[in-house]
Amino acid sequence: MSRTKRVPDMRLMFEKSRMGRVGCNLPAPTTPEVDLEQELGAVRSDLLLPELSELEVLRHFTHLSHINYGIETGFYPLGSCTMKYNPKVNERVAGLSGFAGIHPLQPEETVPGALEVLLSVQEMLEEITGFDHVTLQPLAGAHGELTCLMLIKAYHESRGEGGRKVVLVPDSAHGTNPASAARAGFRVKPIPTNEDGLTDLEALKAALGPDTATLMLTNPSTLGLFERNIAQICDMVHAAGALVFCDGANMNAMVGTTRPSDHGFDCMHLNLHKTFSTPHGGGGPGCGAIGANELLAPFLPTPVLVRRDGKAAFDHDRPQSIGKVSPYYGQFLLAVRALSYLLAFGREHMADISRHAVLNANYVQARLKDVLPPAHDRFCMHECVLTAAPYKKQGVRALDISKRLIDYGFHPPTNYFPLIVPEALMIEPTETETKETLDAFCDALRAICAEARENPDLLHDAPTTQVVGRLDETAAVKNLDVCWRPS
Amino acid sequence: MPYIPHTEEDRREMLAAIGVGSIDELFRDIPEELRLKEPLDLPPSMDEYHLQRHFFQLAAQNRSSANALWFLGAGLYDRYIPATVPAVVSRGEFLTSYTPYQPELSQGYLQAIYEFQTMVAHLYGMDMANASMYDGATAMAEAAIMAHGLNGRPKVCVSSAVHPVWRQVLRTYCWAVDVEVVEIPHSDGRTSDFSVVDDQTACVIVQYPNFFGVIEDLGAARDAARAAGALFVVAADPTAMGLLPPPGEFDADVVVGEGQPLGIPMGFGGPLLGLFAFKKQYHRSFPGRIVGRTQDKDGNPGFVMTLRTREQDIRREKATSNICTNSALMGLCATVYLAALGKNGLRQVAETTVRNTRYAIGRLTQAGARLRFDGRVFGEFVLELDRDAEEVQRRLLDRGIMAGLPLGRFYPGMERCLLVAVTECRLKDEIDLYAEELKEVLA
Repeated sequence: MSRTKRVPDMRLMFEKSRMGRVGCNLPAPTTPEVDLEQELGAVRSDLLLPELSELEVLRHFTHLSHINYGIETGFYPLGSCTMKYNPKVNERVAGLSGFAGIHPLQPEETVPGALEVLLSVQEMLEEITGFDHVTLQPLAGAHGELTCLMLIKAYHESRGEGGRKVVLVPDSAHGTNPASAARAGFRVKPIPTNEDGLTDLEALKAALGPDTATLMLTNPSTLGLFERNIAQICDMVHAAGALVFCDGANMNAMVGTTRPSDHGFDCMHLNLHKTFSTPHGGGGPGCGAIGANELLAPFLPTPVLVRRDGKAAFDHDRPQSIGKVSPYYGQFLLAVRALSYLLAFGREHMADISRHAVLNANYVQARLKDVLPPAHDRFCMHECVLTAAPYKKQGVRALDISKRLIDYGFHPPTNYFPLIVPEALMIEPTETETKETLDAFCDALRAICAEARENPDLLHDAPTTQVVGRLDETAAVKNLDVCWRPS
Repeated sequence: MPYIPHTEEDRREMLAAIGVGSIDELFRDIPEELRLKEPLDLPPSMDEYHLQRHFFQLAAQNRSSANALWFLGAGLYDRYIPATVPAVVSRGEFLTSYTPYQPELSQGYLQAIYEFQTMVAHLYGMDMANASMYDGATAMAEAAIMAHGLNGRPKVCVSSAVHPVWRQVLRTYCWAVDVEVVEIPHSDGRTSDFSVVDDQTACVIVQYPNFFGVIEDLGAARDAARAAGALFVVAADPTAMGLLPPPGEFDADVVVGEGQPLGIPMGFGGPLLGLFAFKKQYHRSFPGRIVGRTQDKDGNPGFVMTLRTREQDIRREKATSNICTNSALMGLCATVYLAALGKNGLRQVAETTVRNTRYAIGRLTQAGARLRFDGRVFGEFVLELDRDAEEVQRRLLDRGIMAGLPLGRFYPGMERCLLVAVTECRLKDEIDLYAEELKEVLA
């Protein structure tokens, strides 16, 4: 029965090193030799880097790519992460030397094409979100949250209301929300979610006060549900003298269908690496544009990119600005990719993004709800949150179902988030997946649910198809090894 | 429609399975008055061919290192990127993967991150390094906030010879959490008077080599920090580590850096790569992700993200930082770059840089410019001219030379100063040409 298993070469690059090898034909020196000690004062004696040939370098990383999983490997329904197709043309144009080979401190008049890219993205995002002021300076989603909170802090301080030190965060929020609030110098007060999966209005009302700076609200929520009372929520917060921030992680549900600014939000962040398809790259780089209304505009990070006489130009004269949150103009080469994506859709097709994202999520929910009940039995937006709680009596947890999915060839959904749903499986298919892929995924999950009842150990032992099984995370902390050293 | 695969039949079947007649019905939770009635006012959609042409035109409007002789650095450098780097990082298994939360499917990336951490720690002579930050500037700000969190002291002292834009970012981060930023003055391009450092100082920050290219005396900075009981933070250029004694040898607590020179394009300043290395004693306090080696139940070695209880998704407002997404792909660029160059290659790049720099100093000072600061430099130096540096820069650009960075905008009083970077890519002939053109411009 058992086949011979190929044993992969799992050595580290350092263990493949052989003294004297170099893996690149580097620029040869053409200037006279110098005495390095005299030039530098002292020269280091050791430098622990591997010595590999060029082909060995490629084989090393090609092997590593084979034991890694990306969107191009297969379906990646990781909830809250919007793992959609990353078009190849975007990569090609971002590699042009006229973009990749320019420096942020070269004279502004020598980079009109770059400024036009940034401004075009900015203007399209302004139209899509409804906010009059967008900046691309923040470098990731959490960085965009932090920037928005800094704007809110500066706004309150400018009105002599620096005592507003409390940020309200729903219990369903991403962890970055409270963490960003702390980094902006605020205290966090959690707001419960009601049984419909929406913000508890009574609790919100009770929490609002003269110390409230802002409410950070994810809409649609992390439960995949649109806050039906959003206009009322914004009114309540505004009446208390506070502002409302929209966590835009779930913008994929709204693109071209509805605009956060129209809901009453004062500012928001976007993840261009989610909604607008810049590659996640294994955890970054991100691209965390923010949008703000007139109240917050004076405080935007410098410089602000504006259109002057039809041309893109930087405005450095922003006396009330919070300063810089990042050194230059944000993730420029990601803005190039995002623009390429935005222009491919354009006016005619932009709404197709949210419409098909929502269609796909509801299709998955409909096909699975008899075996994995939704946390809230309503139409979802771009993602559905299901619960594996019915299998707990067989000793099967959400994580076991996820690990078994790996054996079926799929990347698992997000587990145990939002925290308020027991045994949560959060599935975000995105609009770029075919019905056949969704069917195969749903068939796999249904088969796994049957296994959970009949032979739960199949799930407990999963995955068995990868180079490693479940790893000992406790041991990783206890015997901490985060840096190789020669033995 | 682009990138969406649904056929009319797919939509019909899917809607039937859901039990609705139209996609609009799925949006019923969005109040009618909040739904857009008209398509957004956006440019028309473009096909792939016209998209490319549009971007070719935009890219052609920019003056780049491909069509000028490049001597502008100031923290981001025109260094050679081996062909292996884009070949590896464009592989879809890396490029289109998410954060490796499912380790069994992500061993390739996790191992690469572990190798990255190892190389960063060794480059800086430190115990360990994290899986990356956004960029050098925010990494430095995170180090300052970490120091403040550890000792609770209300101010950070940063040398005025640290990159001015990094200091601006530091100020914003510190303002938000009520930490004061105090500048340590430089004299003659070096940081030597540490009298502002006191027992209220959370950390002392210097750059190595500093913004002017000058190699700081790390021993003096360390002594000042130690005397005050403050943490010692160094922002260090990774390429210079090919030759310079690493900050770890000077007992640095935290070393941060901009990883762009390690195989990442300048890209108008983004995306970049924040390097963050530290002493082991801070392994519960550092920001960001880290990957550790462990094993599965059968004893197979493998990698996981570890020390997770510091992070925002677990600790929420008590996390050591709000960072989630980092700069993993740029970290992969650096990992491939350093693997390809190895010990000998990185040394060669650093040495060629030193040779080119020495030669350029000689030629440009013969051409009528003066060296503003004496003292040892790595890769970069400040020229003082007899006229406005911005004007000289403009005129040299007309002659095809990106001459450097005029410093007046960052350092009042230095309007006639130009910061010049000479990487390993510059040839002797190119430096000669710069000198000849400069001589004419200054004449």
